[in-house]
Amino acid sequence: MGKAMKNREGAVMILGGGIAGIQAALDLTDLGFYVYLVEKSPAVGGVMAQLDKTFPTNDCSL
Amino acid sequence: MLTNADFLALEGTAGNFTATINMRPRYIDADACTACGLCTQYCPKHHVDPYNEGLAITRPIHIDYAQAVPATYYIDPSSCLFLQHETCQICVPVCQSHAINFKQQPEERKLHVGAVILSPGFGKIAPETLAKFGYGKHPDVVTAFEFERMTTASGPFMGEVKCFSDGRHPKRIAFIQCVGSRDIGCNNGYCSSVCCMYAIKEALVCKEHDPEVDITIYYLDIRTQGKDFDAARERAEAIGVKFVRAKVADVTPWENRLQLTYATLDGQHKFEPFDLVVLSVGLESPKDAQKIADITKIDLNKYDFCDTNGFNPLQTSQKGIVVAGAFQGPKDIPESVTQSSAAASLTAASLKKVRGKGVELKIYPEEQVVAEDDEARIGVFVCHCGINISSVVDVAAVANYAGDMKNVTYYTENLYSCSQDAQEVIKKKIKEHKLNRVVIAACSPRTHEPLFQETLRDAGLNRNLFEMVNIRDQCSWVHAGEPELATIKSKDLVRMAVSKARHIQSLPEQTVPVTPKALIVGAGVAGMTAALNLADQGFESVLIEKGDSIGGNLKNLHHTLSGDEVQSHLKTLVTKVNGSKIIDVICNAELVQTAGFIGNFASVIASGKGQTKVEQTVDHGVIIVATGGREHRPDKYLLGKSKKVVTQQELEKQLAGKAKTRAPGSVVMIQCAGSRGDDLNYCSKVCCNHALKNILKIKEINPDSQIIVLYRDMRTYGFAEDAYLEARKMGVVFIPYEVDRKPEVTQKGAKVQVRFFDSIMQEEVVMNPDMVALSVGLVPDDTDTLSKLLKLPVTANKFFLEAHVKLRPVELSVSGVYVCGLAHGPKPVDETIVQAQAAAAKAAIPLVKGYVKVDPIVSCVEQDKCIGCGLCTSLCPYGAIVMQKVDGKRKAETVSASCKACGICAAHCPTFAISMGGFTNEQLISQIEAFGATGDR
Repeated sequence: MGKAMKNREGAVMILGGGIAGIQAALDLTDLGFYVYLVEKSPAVGGVMAQLDKTFPTNDCSL
Repeated sequence: MLTNADFLALEGTAGNFTATINMRPRYIDADACTACGLCTQYCPKHHVDPYNEGLAITRPIHIDYAQAVPATYYIDPSSCLFLQHETCQICVPVCQSHAINFKQQPEERKLHVGAVILSPGFGKIAPETLAKFGYGKHPDVVTAFEFERMTTASGPFMGEVKCFSDGRHPKRIAFIQCVGSRDIGCNNGYCSSVCCMYAIKEALVCKEHDPEVDITIYYLDIRTQGKDFDAARERAEAIGVKFVRAKVADVTPWENRLQLTYATLDGQHKFEPFDLVVLSVGLESPKDAQKIADITKIDLNKYDFCDTNGFNPLQTSQKGIVVAGAFQGPKDIPESVTQSSAAASLTAASLKKVRGKGVELKIYPEEQVVAEDDEARIGVFVCHCGINISSVVDVAAVANYAGDMKNVTYYTENLYSCSQDAQEVIKKKIKEHKLNRVVIAACSPRTHEPLFQETLRDAGLNRNLFEMVNIRDQCSWVHAGEPELATIKSKDLVRMAVSKARHIQSLPEQTVPVTPKALIVGAGVAGMTAALNLADQGFESVLIEKGDSIGGNLKNLHHTLSGDEVQSHLKTLVTKVNGSKIIDVICNAELVQTAGFIGNFASVIASGKGQTKVEQTVDHGVIIVATGGREHRPDKYLLGKSKKVVTQQELEKQLAGKAKTRAPGSVVMIQCAGSRGDDLNYCSKVCCNHALKNILKIKEINPDSQIIVLYRDMRTYGFAEDAYLEARKMGVVFIPYEVDRKPEVTQKGAKVQVRFFDSIMQEEVVMNPDMVALSVGLVPDDTDTLSKLLKLPVTANKFFLEAHVKLRPVELSVSGVYVCGLAHGPKPVDETIVQAQAAAAKAAIPLVKGYVKVDPIVSCVEQDKCIGCGLCTSLCPYGAIVMQKVDGKRKAETVSASCKACGICAAHCPTFAISMGGFTNEQLISQIEAFGATGDR
């Protein structure tokens, strides 16, 4: 995501680093924007990181 | 990425916000921490592990799970001996990279941002609600989250399911659905939309662990309305998971087991003993929802989720702030992912003017030319991974062994090859020893290959002049008990890699320019929304429609369940599309032919009718498929034979009319009159809500109307559950029917007669209603033609198949082609709009970049050897090999931009004319030979 700078034009703040926040951050950086992904816990991933398999295909979730 | 951060304040307006963030200390220097885990081993204090739902014990200094990002440990101040009592500090001298820093202080930061996306997720149901089912009173009543950790192979019990009371393996397990959802008692009137799915998933996983276990799911309605979700329920039933429609009243201890008291539909009370009871807990609004609302001044709905409008489902009440994920309403992973992409596209559109201004591109040094006949100068780096590898494998012996091999110019050991300082060392050694190949023996290439390749590139070497050996997973981990053998195996693997490395070559990194224009097929609400969003982001599109005018299915709808007017919204949409200078609308048009690949498509579009039919060619970079669907017309229940039998859509039209008698005095509605195995083998997702929408309208016009709904499962998921409750309060009667006892509709003179079995009264009922309304389901419009034309796979039900159900829900397997709306699967208008915005986000990515990067690991055809048989072309799943005339002969050629490097073509080519970049036959054979040739180094 590049180096942190004081004033970034066109930066976006995403509040919450679960699967929704991570996906939005990835898409926005691909679309040419700097993103601050703000997460209250020590790691991103949210609840999905706690899941073993996911419905309906029972794929691994990590 | 700012973790351990609290959101404190937001000032300013859209385009110019200032957010205040408080960064709580980790007490560990993130740059220095190598995540070796030594600190956790030495920390003497116990700490209940919230990541494992409190089922395990960790230490105050820990990492939640090995793959956590950032891969940095942290200290939980609530139980750390030093931070609480100023004692201990054992971790400080233990840490070999001196990363522990108890002097860290909270830091306040101001972020200047143009827009905000809220994705705080969801909260958990309060323990008081769970206590009704014995949770907290009996150890063998667990939540589904706890059960999930229990069944996880990497979880605290390594996947072993057991009772907490005495550690025995449960023989009988019950799942109770709707705990904390559809429950006015705890103020959660809505349906959480995900619990049915996860309960079925957990039941399936549990059956996999122990096929003998007896599982019963107690439910009110099974709501597996998502795409292909019903199939999973059928799979569960097929392997013996029982589904019982009942309301559970109580869970009480009984001897050393638990007794479930429940009431079935026919009013009977029953008892059943179980060893383990799993509560399918719902999703609540996030704990800090009110705080977020106070800071951002957004509106919340009555359940404290973010309040939005069905036609603009992600826009909050504040400009510049959008929402995504479960905070918008309870939802599953694919829908959260879709919403996130949609939120990204909305934000990108609002900040179009400053796009690209906040990011700087990295500049690399010029790439060193490595010719094919240059002598290989290989550098081998063997990693200790702290003690992860070196506690088992003799790392020094492996490095020395490599040093003796031919062409190995330099070899060394690293404590952590992935650390920042090690990267600098690798770069220095590449230059110092003029290395032109690098082999790193460490952990998994899956996680670390890109990092090392980047280091090579920084040092002026091509990314492909790199080979990685996984001596952690494949040696020190799996052979932890046999250190000598693990060392021998490490040597074997390194020998093979060096052998291969002698033959690896630079592969060019190609980029292909992109035509910044989209072709959108289908001008319903999906196609129009996608076109408008792309236009807002500054991109042209050609919007083609096979009908006479744009609008699609919205033309048939009049109001939504939440009461919004559809026609006025449609009018706004159509005006916007027609008014846009960069959206080219072509009606009566069809796609005839498409050639090219992502970034560079050329399509032939035929438009007009009969004599005036013309063909034109359009160049474009991406394709959005939004071909839509329509109401299914089943040949049953007298549909089309009696005027009194109508579809829900026809009823909606009648209700929107002006006739005084438009709301019938008595109606019987039949749900799944097409879907779920009748004609269509899937749930159409929208019919239950459609029926309720019409019911509420009828009751609004004619409160005395008698309405009976015959259904299988009422699938009013999310906030639509409120409407279901409202209808029942108005006296509408809902009666479930079994699939082997379907209602019958017959003509009796001028009347229609409905005969059905009332499962509540347990008797046969005959009625003569004024009207029978059928919920007929949705089918996709012709997907066959487009599927053949663009080589796009479809599901068994003829909907387009996305590239990955959860992680790439709007992309198709062919690069540069995206899908949204009913062409993807049945869904209501709000979900279609979100999906269209998501498709626009994905489609805009190559358009924004202006080029497509081609991964160098693609197939390559040696045309001298190619005999033009065409086998590769027919086998390629991505349409990435085409046959071309070269000097009058048929030859295969790879379309690099579409190739996904799966290798099917290379494996099947009868003349070995195709090789994969980075995995040539020569390289692989030398690697295999090295495996057998221990003596030859």
